[in-house]
Amino acid sequence: MTARELWRVPARALAAAVRAGECTALEAVSAGWEGPAALWERDVHAIVHSDAEARVAGAGAAPRGPLAGVPVVVKDNLCTRDYPTTCCSRMLAGYQPPYDATVVRRLREAGGVISGKGNMDEFAMGSSTEFSCDGPTRNPYDLARVPGGSSGGPAAAVAYGLSPLALGSDTGGSVRQPAAFCGVIGLKPTYGRLSRYGLVAFASSLDQVGIFGRHAGDVALLYALLAGPDPLDATSRPGPPPDVSGWDEGVEGLRFGWPANLWREGVDAEVVAGLEEAATWLERAGARRVPFDFLPGEYAVATYYLVATAEASSNLARFDGVRYGHRAAESPDLHALTTRSRSAGFGAEVQRRILLGTYALSAGYHDEYYLTAQRARARIRREYEAAFSRCDLLLMPAAPTLPFRLGEKLADPLAMYLSDIFTLGANLAGIPGLSVPVTPAAGGLPRAVQLLGPDDGEGRLLRGARALEVQGDRARLERSHEVEFAWPTKR
Amino acid sequence: MAILRDEVRRIAGLARLELREEDLDRVAAELSSVLDYAEVLKRLDLTGCEAQGVAPPAAALRADEPDGRRLTAQQALAMAPETEGGFFMVPPVMEGQDP
Repeated sequence: MTARELWRVPARALAAAVRAGECTALEAVSAGWEGPAALWERDVHAIVHSDAEARVAGAGAAPRGPLAGVPVVVKDNLCTRDYPTTCCSRMLAGYQPPYDATVVRRLREAGGVISGKGNMDEFAMGSSTEFSCDGPTRNPYDLARVPGGSSGGPAAAVAYGLSPLALGSDTGGSVRQPAAFCGVIGLKPTYGRLSRYGLVAFASSLDQVGIFGRHAGDVALLYALLAGPDPLDATSRPGPPPDVSGWDEGVEGLRFGWPANLWREGVDAEVVAGLEEAATWLERAGARRVPFDFLPGEYAVATYYLVATAEASSNLARFDGVRYGHRAAESPDLHALTTRSRSAGFGAEVQRRILLGTYALSAGYHDEYYLTAQRARARIRREYEAAFSRCDLLLMPAAPTLPFRLGEKLADPLAMYLSDIFTLGANLAGIPGLSVPVTPAAGGLPRAVQLLGPDDGEGRLLRGARALEVQGDRARLERSHEVEFAWPTKR
Repeated sequence: MAILRDEVRRIAGLARLELREEDLDRVAAELSSVLDYAEVLKRLDLTGCEAQGVAPPAAALRADEPDGRRLTAQQALAMAPETEGGFFMVPPVMEGQDP
């Protein structure tokens, strides 16, 4: 393995090579930029802030820990003291945080090095990364298609080989859906397990930092290093986080729920075929299928787009053009300054959600919309609790379609919102979820399934992901004698 | 339910957003379509479902504790669009004041 090929190496092996002195941390961090990024980045546009000097400094300062020298792409809504943090919004153009997010600090303490800041929908509001003020990210498997969103940049970067791991945020599926569209693993932990300190808030009761990786073992490693209580996040969950060291112990005896009523209509045949394949693979690995009906996703969509927008309208009130962020010139008074700064600084989708949230919270509509949604949220949580009394994991789609074309859903906000129909429930219930690739669809587009677990079920999610990874490797070996990660090919 | 132009204008004012006249109808239609969709919640049996608080039960809220963080005035002001003499600058808050 030459230094130029280090980008192909899983994070665990890369860190081991750095610790053993087989390569330097700088070689490990640079390989992705010198190799695959030279081929892909101009077309894919996964990264919005890159800085060779910061990479050299980061590699030089990296301790020889469990992530020694491992490059990690970080979504642009996580605060980093050596890179701007803009949420891909004009509102925060050039914003330089004075501190690191807790997850970023823990990443660095373990030896990880930031490879760049990943593109995203503005303030994480979107499902395609088309709502970035820096321009869209494209799917490396088909440049005419979206990478999903809102964490489309980190997902695409991991897919084409810039870094073996990335951090995103998942408020309604923003890690799991882009992971599915880009053919990588995406984990949204149990609410409160990864600190939100330094994550720019969108909807605080739903936001959770998530992890992208190409291998289940890499994701387990990063989760174990980042998870745990944080005194700086009042909603971080007390007590030790779930142990994920058994990620490779298989799924023998596990029961997985099979709520087939959810994909009887409105779901692509290719997605349904992927679910059948995953179920067969899990059964082959010793798990047992438990069929039952589950609450249709439309209730989660309605609930989510009232709760999330209400919280967003409140969280984004802080952007007033005074302490940080965009400030409109020549305002005659404070009211005009705030209104003009916000109107020019926020993009169309962010404004749409602020308006929707303001409406749902306004006098006369609060009970009808916001309160109803909060009660529905309790009902949805109860549905998941009931499901997990019958099974250990739930298997369902990560998204109802394969990656869609750029522009396809831009004119219809509701159609875009419906692409999150299978991921929103986990955020409303606070439970962990993970998307994992299965065999690509005809034509080579990535295809994935989603696994959901009860509170603190990260260990069994990763066991499920690993079982599907092993079965997937076996299937690929049978087809083409190829067991390396299924890299995209340039076309 | 259909939201009207005037309603959108009122909400925008509350949200401190300024919409162009020519955008009001489009925004009204977009908001209406999402709120129409939300009508499905009326079909959901919510008996015994209390409004979920700020966060799922996974998160146990606790009292804030002092910590060692210190943000210097210089750091706090570093990203402000306009400062003077260690203060954030704003235009006049009340009419008749000098800026």
